[in-house]
Amino acid sequence: MEKPANQARLVKAPEHFISQELIADINANGLDEKRRGFLRKGFMSAIGGAAAGLVAPYAMAAGEGDPAILEKQEWQTTLGKNVATMPYGLPSVYESNLIRRESPGLTRVSAASVAFTPLQGLFGTITPNGLHFERHHQGWYNLNPETHRLMVNGLVKNPRVFTMNDLMRLPSVSRTHFIECGANTGLEWGNVAVPTVQYTHGMLSCCEFTGVPLKVLLDECGADLKKGKFLLAEGGDGSGMTRTINLESCLNDTIVAWAMNGEMLRPENGFPLRLVVPGVQGVSWVKWLRRLEVGDMPWNAKDEAVHYIELMPDGSHRQYASIQECKSVITTPSGGQQLLDKGFYNVSGMAWSGRGKITRVDVSFDGGNNWRTARLETPVLTKSITRFNIDWVWDGSPAIMQSRAMDDTGYIQPSIKTLRNVRGTRSIYHNNAIQSWKLDSNGEVSNVQVG
Amino acid sequence: MFKLDKLSLHLGLAALIIITAQSSFAQSGSAKFPGIGRVATPAEVAAWDIDVRPDFKGLPKGSGSVEQGQVIWEAKCASCHGTFGESNEIFTPIAGGTTKDDVKTGRVASLKDMKQPQRTTLMKVPTVSTLWDYIYRAMPWNAPRSLTPDDTYAVVAFILSLGEIVPDDFVLSNTNIAEVKMPNRNGMTTKHGFWNVKDKPDVNGNACMHNCVPFVQIGSTLPDFARNAHENIAEQNRMYGPYRGADTTKPPIKALPGTSGAGLAHAADTHSSAAKGPAALFKNENCSACHAPNAKLVGPSIADIAKKYEGQSGAVDKLMAKVKAGGAGVWGSIPMPPQAQLSDEDRKTLVVWVLSGGK
Repeated sequence: MEKPANQARLVKAPEHFISQELIADINANGLDEKRRGFLRKGFMSAIGGAAAGLVAPYAMAAGEGDPAILEKQEWQTTLGKNVATMPYGLPSVYESNLIRRESPGLTRVSAASVAFTPLQGLFGTITPNGLHFERHHQGWYNLNPETHRLMVNGLVKNPRVFTMNDLMRLPSVSRTHFIECGANTGLEWGNVAVPTVQYTHGMLSCCEFTGVPLKVLLDECGADLKKGKFLLAEGGDGSGMTRTINLESCLNDTIVAWAMNGEMLRPENGFPLRLVVPGVQGVSWVKWLRRLEVGDMPWNAKDEAVHYIELMPDGSHRQYASIQECKSVITTPSGGQQLLDKGFYNVSGMAWSGRGKITRVDVSFDGGNNWRTARLETPVLTKSITRFNIDWVWDGSPAIMQSRAMDDTGYIQPSIKTLRNVRGTRSIYHNNAIQSWKLDSNGEVSNVQVG
Repeated sequence: MFKLDKLSLHLGLAALIIITAQSSFAQSGSAKFPGIGRVATPAEVAAWDIDVRPDFKGLPKGSGSVEQGQVIWEAKCASCHGTFGESNEIFTPIAGGTTKDDVKTGRVASLKDMKQPQRTTLMKVPTVSTLWDYIYRAMPWNAPRSLTPDDTYAVVAFILSLGEIVPDDFVLSNTNIAEVKMPNRNGMTTKHGFWNVKDKPDVNGNACMHNCVPFVQIGSTLPDFARNAHENIAEQNRMYGPYRGADTTKPPIKALPGTSGAGLAHAADTHSSAAKGPAALFKNENCSACHAPNAKLVGPSIADIAKKYEGQSGAVDKLMAKVKAGGAGVWGSIPMPPQAQLSDEDRKTLVVWVLSGGK
């Protein structure tokens, strides 16, 4: 017999630890190795967490009620785990299906790939840090914050170096913003390519970021903001990611951030420092940020000359396309999901705009012929995700679900057809088209394009 | 004794200079945030400020020939990008799709037709500074910043020769780089509404509420054979609640499952089925960054390694030593970096798994 975990307590006789359920189970099914194990474990009731199946179906005549109500559950009748058993908590084991996933075949090497956020299972507007999407160009590292430096140079009076200790002493702000990769939904420019909202829209996350406003740092270094209209942000990873930022337009809301949702950034998201450029595509939110250079012309770095450019029908490339325009998607139900039965459903999704605030979201259940206005969850913040909900009673017939968002600049989310009429089909970036989900009478939802 | 004194005097002076320098850094900050940050030294700025702009600000002196570039290319670049920059195995091809006419016009004609299967780097990149900057800062992919400025000039020269932008005997240098005429130098536009929030968007939707599209036509769906291409969607959704994942290992069910969800094939518990083992270890330890199951990436495929060592006695010990210390030469010139972070147990698990062909 194992020694009880707690000291100085009375240990009851074993028979007092055998539950009525287990007695009934042994009476019905005999005593085998598994049930002997339960008897042995009876001494150790403090441990809890025994295998599923411990709650045996106690003799209950049909029709009396739900066994989940009528029978005692393991978690009601035994002692649970101690505090700080998981000092940094994890989601329930029953949530383990909702994880970041790669799209098979998207890239050949995982160090230069994407892991998509499981939007189909999220609630509200905030992305849990462990599920924030990842996109790396040369793999991620766990950088040592003690040796991390931020240099500010270029058109500044004093080129300066800051340590994390320096930066975290400065006045900070905390603001909630979405981050979306410019290529989000890019797989679908030509046709339907992937099955679920995780892969169509999962390069999207929304967090409360904390850090020092960019302007505070540039002022501190004496930046020449008359000549200096552009900023180069450079990462400290192997790719040395560089992006040109529009200083004129982004100066006032850009943050040099170290925290995300109340904790330090995760290594996959740029620990210990990243740039936050609200409304602008994710690639400009340079991770592992180590240098900011003020300049008088754009840099034409690799990721603004070879990638993140849009091919137009006339063969020209659009360069420095940065803003993520107004967009929305229904996340529940969405592609690959299965409805169980007819009746009432809350249909929910996300809307966002890199130009400002969401003002309205309409939802259609008939492929865009008729629309109803959804409820917006508050607070509605600028350049942030807004959650929408709408009531729906499904009669069991096939339906095509769509959502359409509008922002406070009057921009209305376009259909894929409207977008293609202007930009053709060979672009990769900035696909903010209305998403269509087809619901079949068997309850299965699939990804389709209308028009 | 005297010598020693002199040395300590020197050390003391040096320390004094450092202290003075540091305090001058601190003092040169603004009065607003005293004690925060310090002045960057010229050497520090030079070490980090390596970017090269389209006007070639930041370009270091140096030169390299096409011929030298080819040697470096074959040793350090070809395994990912192909001998002629044509490979589409790991990243999109670097060369191809451009003509001598494009070099004259500054517009790549193949971007307009649909015949070119891939957009290559040379079809897209408008400025040669971009190639120089990126290769110098981030290449080779698994050993960034290991090229000298001269190496970089040589590699850029070789790439330019692949696109017939410069002749085979060209020597590229900081003095002649501005004369290079890129085939797509006029191919970029900034006329769009995506740079400044004040600018006007090119597309807008409409807010029609009723009888907007009387005829709804589905233009695109996923083909049936792709049903399970992203693995079983049932295991990518919550096991409870109103919206479950469809079991994509099977054809769609014929009727609604009913409120209990009974009859759904995926109703079985999946929460504890997360597979661990050598395959997960292989990915998590970054081995998969260079080794794929069946195709050559940066390094040989698992299948090729298994084939090479099949039936060889002592193969496990030999490879375990190699994984620990690193190596080069067996599969080409790209070295395998040492994997000293692995425990002996993990190393053995990985090697045995690779030798079994990843099964």
